[in-house]
Amino acid sequence: MMGTFSNQRMAYGEALVALGRQDKRVVVLDADLCKSTMSFLFQEAFPERFFEMGIAEQNMMSTAAGLAVSGKIAFASTFAVFATGRPYDQIRQTISIGNLNVKICGSSCGLSDFGDGSTHQSIEDVAIMSAIPNMTILTPVDAAEVGLAVKLASEHQGPVYIRVNRNNVLDVLSPKDTLRFGQYRTLREGEDILIFAHGSMVEKALAAGTQLEKDGISAKVVSVTTMKPFNYEGAAELAKGMKGVVTVEEHSYIGGLAAAVAFALRKCAVPLEYVAINDEFGQSAHHYDELQAAYGLTPEHIVRKAKSVAKGTKCSHKTAKHH
Amino acid sequence: MLDKEKKTELRHLAARMRKDIIQMVGIGQPGHIGGSCSAADIVAVLYGHKMKHDPKNPKWEDRDKLIMSKGHAAIIQYAALAEMGYFPTDELPSLKKLGSMLQGHPDIHKTPGIEANTGSLGQGLSIATGMALAMRLDGKKGKVYCILGDGEIAEGQVWEAAMFAGSKKVDNLVAIVDQNRLQAMGKVVDRMDSGPLPEKWLAFGWNVSEIDGHNMDAITAALDDARGANGKPTAIVAHTVKGKGFSFAEEQVGFHNGAMAEWQYQLGLKEADAALAEFQQLALTE
Repeated sequence: MMGTFSNQRMAYGEALVALGRQDKRVVVLDADLCKSTMSFLFQEAFPERFFEMGIAEQNMMSTAAGLAVSGKIAFASTFAVFATGRPYDQIRQTISIGNLNVKICGSSCGLSDFGDGSTHQSIEDVAIMSAIPNMTILTPVDAAEVGLAVKLASEHQGPVYIRVNRNNVLDVLSPKDTLRFGQYRTLREGEDILIFAHGSMVEKALAAGTQLEKDGISAKVVSVTTMKPFNYEGAAELAKGMKGVVTVEEHSYIGGLAAAVAFALRKCAVPLEYVAINDEFGQSAHHYDELQAAYGLTPEHIVRKAKSVAKGTKCSHKTAKHH
Repeated sequence: MLDKEKKTELRHLAARMRKDIIQMVGIGQPGHIGGSCSAADIVAVLYGHKMKHDPKNPKWEDRDKLIMSKGHAAIIQYAALAEMGYFPTDELPSLKKLGSMLQGHPDIHKTPGIEANTGSLGQGLSIATGMALAMRLDGKKGKVYCILGDGEIAEGQVWEAAMFAGSKKVDNLVAIVDQNRLQAMGKVVDRMDSGPLPEKWLAFGWNVSEIDGHNMDAITAALDDARGANGKPTAIVAHTVKGKGFSFAEEQVGFHNGAMAEWQYQLGLKEADAALAEFQQLALTE
């Protein structure tokens, strides 16, 4: 893949600093991972507005709620698994029922913490957060979009979950690009097949698009940044006239992009396929690419699924197990 | 220190709040009468004397705040808020009715004077800590009070918050443990013993006092002492009686979230009125 790569975590930390400079209401909390989530950049710039909460995620989220209900815009960061699993109840009960300005950064999302294995890999974070009323979910595609997402989240009244990758991802935005909720970003034009992807999988989808073109199939690649509230109408509009639709995500097929697009297209006849993690946990690997491949998250898998829907031979759930 | 007049006023307020509770819960509907009555005198001192607050301007930015971490005791807070004038006492009987401003647990969007949504136990002290940190950042002199149950503090998050506030010297935070010794299914000591309480809070870096939670002078003195002169947050362990004030509810496990039968309701009103009679006598003799 051609192009440059940048780090979303670094972008998160830098965006917090930029935001903190503009808005004194911004406070940041972290649970002993600030040099991984990069929120330490904010700590260095604004030590009085940074709270090291220790290894206590539940207390972090409720404390963030207390700050938010007092007029602060509280960004709380830790690994995505720990940000959504352990303090689920705190996020639900006070932050979401209260519709408070707590912005949760789920860092090292998906399989991106490849070495640490299943306990540290979030394959269900979008599903968990999606089920909570009042929650907004952003899945930025690259480092620049993390910056836009942090800004957008700060301007929104209510909780926002932002998914951030651990490893460098392909730069796809140009400096003049903006972000709004529900926006679809078409990164490759095409007429036969529509591919929806988010985060790290956009790069794979673009590579698949290039391959498909060589094979005579024109694929449109759309990056999805707002997983909730999901733009169902917009997705159905984009699917019009397509021979097939494929979703691609580094997340379980349950409660993620595959589910959202299936719901969006429930009244359309267009064949639909997905590339996602099956209903299973991750594991350790030495390399990110190697782990993604083991879970079927490669351009080749996308190409195969795209060809299957282009022929109108929609796969069943049973065959999907083997990608 | 309380002068005689103020003390009478607070006792009168608590007596009115207890009657409010009986009328609010009514006949045949479950209600957390026990844990509300154990905290009634503490809540009366907070709203009636200790806290800076303005019922006409619930969002006044220099106010003190009360978080009812044991959110099921919301009804005692509703009674206090109504008695203080946040909303008419006429609203109280709408408790838990569909569409009511008075939910089963506290809701910031529905009830003026409520500061946070609590109800899932063990989270209020963390929320209160966040509020206390925000006050500090904003240069406010206020305090955040948090009432916890002695059963509730089995939740591990309470001790995360205690450790944080103790280690970070969040001295504008006051935790009041309503130690009524009973929880939903029985005695706290039998379910999961949360004691010894003073020692635990001391070990987490808090100033600690132990009081009779139904003695207005003792409650006031403990709250007066919560100045955090040494930079520590303050924990007040208040010995209370669950269901205090009502013979059919006092020390009764079944009245954690019990429903009153007709006779209990009538007895409750009678006992509440008997408590209030003292103050009518006083008014007549003055």
